[in-house]
Amino acid sequence: MSVHPNDIARRSRIARLALSAVILSLVGAFFNAQVLQHDRYKLQSQENRLRALPLPAPRGIIYDRYGNIIAENLPGYAVSVLPVNVDSLKSSLQHLSSVITLTPEQVDAAVRRFRRDPNRPTLIISDASMSVVSVLEEHRINFPRLIIQSVPKRFYPDGPAVASFVGYTGEVTDADLNSPAYQGYKPGQLVGKGGIEKQYEKILRGREGVRYDEVDARGRQVRQATPRLDLNPEPAPPLYTNIDLDLQRYVAGVFGDSLVGGAIAMDPRDGGVLALYSAPSYDVNKFTGGIPVDYWKTLLADDRRPLVNKVTQGRYPPGSTFKLATAVTGLEDGIVTLDDHMPEPCTGGFQYGNRYFKCWDKKGHGSISLGRAIEVSCDVYFYQLGLKIGLSKMIAGGVSLDMREKTGIDLPDEKRALFPYAVDYYNKTYGARGWSNAVTLNLSIGQGENSQTVVNMAKFYTALATDGNAATPEIVKQTPVKTRIFKLDQQQMDGLRTALAGVIGQGTAQSARIEGIMLAGKTGTAQTGKRVNGVELNHAWFVGFAPADKPTIVVAVMLEYGGHGGRAAHVASSIISHYLKVAPVTAVQSEG
Amino acid sequence: MFRKTLADYPLAITALALSLFGVAIVYSAGQTDIPTYVAPLWKSQVMWLALGVLCAWGIGNSSVRLIEWVTWPAYLLTLLTLSSLLVLGAGTGANGHMRSWLAIGGHRLGQPAEIAKIVVVLMLAKVLAERREAPKSLLELWKPGLVVGIPFLMIMLQPDLGSAIVFVGIFFGMLFWSGVPWPLLVLLASPVISLVFSFSTGLWGAWFLVLIALVLWYKPYLVEGIVLVVANVVTGVIAPILWEKLAPYQQNRLKVFLDPSADPRASGYHVLQSKIAIGSGGLFGNGFTLGTQKRSGFLPEQHTDFIFAVVGEELGFIGVALALTLFLALLLRATRIASRANDPFGSLAAFGLMSCWLVHVVVNIGMTLNLMPITGIPLPFFSYGGSFMLASWLGVGVLLRISGEGRGHAGSLMS
Repeated sequence: MSVHPNDIARRSRIARLALSAVILSLVGAFFNAQVLQHDRYKLQSQENRLRALPLPAPRGIIYDRYGNIIAENLPGYAVSVLPVNVDSLKSSLQHLSSVITLTPEQVDAAVRRFRRDPNRPTLIISDASMSVVSVLEEHRINFPRLIIQSVPKRFYPDGPAVASFVGYTGEVTDADLNSPAYQGYKPGQLVGKGGIEKQYEKILRGREGVRYDEVDARGRQVRQATPRLDLNPEPAPPLYTNIDLDLQRYVAGVFGDSLVGGAIAMDPRDGGVLALYSAPSYDVNKFTGGIPVDYWKTLLADDRRPLVNKVTQGRYPPGSTFKLATAVTGLEDGIVTLDDHMPEPCTGGFQYGNRYFKCWDKKGHGSISLGRAIEVSCDVYFYQLGLKIGLSKMIAGGVSLDMREKTGIDLPDEKRALFPYAVDYYNKTYGARGWSNAVTLNLSIGQGENSQTVVNMAKFYTALATDGNAATPEIVKQTPVKTRIFKLDQQQMDGLRTALAGVIGQGTAQSARIEGIMLAGKTGTAQTGKRVNGVELNHAWFVGFAPADKPTIVVAVMLEYGGHGGRAAHVASSIISHYLKVAPVTAVQSEG
Repeated sequence: MFRKTLADYPLAITALALSLFGVAIVYSAGQTDIPTYVAPLWKSQVMWLALGVLCAWGIGNSSVRLIEWVTWPAYLLTLLTLSSLLVLGAGTGANGHMRSWLAIGGHRLGQPAEIAKIVVVLMLAKVLAERREAPKSLLELWKPGLVVGIPFLMIMLQPDLGSAIVFVGIFFGMLFWSGVPWPLLVLLASPVISLVFSFSTGLWGAWFLVLIALVLWYKPYLVEGIVLVVANVVTGVIAPILWEKLAPYQQNRLKVFLDPSADPRASGYHVLQSKIAIGSGGLFGNGFTLGTQKRSGFLPEQHTDFIFAVVGEELGFIGVALALTLFLALLLRATRIASRANDPFGSLAAFGLMSCWLVHVVVNIGMTLNLMPITGIPLPFFSYGGSFMLASWLGVGVLLRISGEGRGHAGSLMS
């Protein structure tokens, strides 16, 4: 070492200068961070410590027309966890499995939710039972990141009775989240699935609230943040429907466990749906908080297809209920009057070309008027009427009567009724020479290339029940929509209604008579081509209204493979009499 | 041989003030919303401080000659301990891969690297003091190079990058103090600089030109010049290969140094949280023990590596400035002692201790603001750790003694 004092003094000077410079630059760096950029870091430190806990909003309560509750919210519990990453989530779930049962599906769903939105508490159990909650509370200390939250839980007091139209709620799916329709939804949130729960999701949803909790770095709650930061959930407004819950229950009761099919009751004056039921039904309350797998499998395996709405999604040949469409087309075009007879009297059948078309009644109906033909549902009369109208006008008439339209009922996934759009349809389907004019005969009695939904037939009959204006079925109360689908004069309308009343009075549905009320309607026995033990299984239809002179209710009933239309008429008449508070006359089933 | 001397009160008081400040912050570091094992640590820190002060007092009453006399055996013992660590060493919780703890029967006794720093300073002082003239060529540096190189390699093998950097700092600091001309220091460091610059071809090229110019101007021996140039080329070229050889956590630390937000949940998390804590402290801080980032556990290693962030968050810029001023006072005082020592050994030892502290302070405090890479170097007198507190005060003791025998004091030979 060079120890000359001058050298040492020089090096000492350099060292002191360097030291001061280094420390001073550190001071400068801290001044920059702590004083100049203080606001930025202060904000970051607050965000760091606050954890947003979503507070689900109660869904809107659904009422019937008299204020009875169709869907409400009960207190439930949701269990979530705040993981740092997928691995920590998995280990939390594994830990949880030691005290409660978690299915592999729940584990998978939780991982999926976390991947979707890692910043949101990951929902594990959306509807935890009291026992699960108490077990978890007991072990709370072992699960610092666990959140047990009181959340509203959907409940339908009439479960299976209202399942057909109310739908249910369930967690928003991955596919939903990817679609623009569900923009703003977060994984784990509930959405309406099917029924009006889905149709009116926007109204029923409410607004999720948020609570900020102050947490430590490991996600453990230290204290609730200042209330100022709270954002309470906004409950959704109630939804008022046209449903008559009492009638709905009654319809469900009439179907019971044995009948398969669908029924809808509407007010023809405004289209309000009074009852809508598809049998067999299912317990929609079991769907809350995730559909149990075995229950879902049972429903899927059931060949009566409980998950298909028989009213809006099932399509069936309308059978004789369609004869009114043929009649309306003939009357509107001036081809026939209610008193006109057809050239050939009914002898139980009709020879057309080389084919013999049977009437349902082998005994024959003789030479009758249109009015009587409606009453007794004479096939031979309608064969000839169809030929007289002609295929192209027949089809045009059906199209203008909305026979290939959706009704526009406020339920999701309604199926469009099937009906040829023009004669061209046959050429396209079978080739120009692949079909004969015999299709006209089939079409005129509601068979052939014609599949109607129950709700569409009901809508058609609202026009018959009123003045040619079809009312769009509406479950939720809103402005009635009426569309003119045909124009007949008052006399013709009265004549048709008289004939329809005659169906019950002295026609094919005499068993459906109601004491003191004039019931009007039309039976249908639709051939399905399906045979068991050589006997063809038919769908039983009845569409009608009451009172015949001033209708307040239109009912359409379809019994899948239910046999003769008279059975459906019987169901319909009990529904109507229950609604109109009168007693039906139960008579012996007539053939027809 | 033992002389009564006047104590260097400014040094002792500054060191004591820093230590008490540090103990208070260790206490605060334990004050979290959910108490952890950190809560009671301040008590043992007080104990170690007392032990350290006692040792410093003892050394302060010994003599520089005695210190010089024990240097050789102490150095050999240190090498023995460090090499045995490589076989027997125990890792700690967070740094389980590092074999830096001396443990007997499962009880950790301490980190020998902390004591090794002081011993290496003394040994280096002894070796450099032997020469009348400062080394003028790289070849003349083989002896001091060896003194630092052997423990340096052993510590790198642990691996403890942080302590290794301190050795480099000590080495260069003391070479400077011994009068090695600055171009030689630059040339000595050039291979490492090449290594750093090798990641950018342009930068490395520019540096290489500067190096050539320096070599031509300083005119070292021909062999040295060639070796230097070759060494620079080699480190510049093999650097990317070396990078691949680095352990992933080491790579991460370097990467996070370059961009702390790259992986905020893992390595970058520490720096980010530390910056947030410091920045949110503002001018006056949240108040002693009231730092919210620390309280809720967002601040990692709040009692060891990132203890200065607690100062920043709770005492604000005022507290930070006070601590830095105290450190500056300590370092300046040590420099003064070095320049007034009455023999080369004492002078070099004093400057070596100062260099050691300087590297610790700059790297540790710089790290909390992401100005330095995360190397796990503790902050003298602040960071929790028995052997470290003890080592720091042993250093203070040595300085007290050197000061006591220096110019202007009773026992000075050269006053």
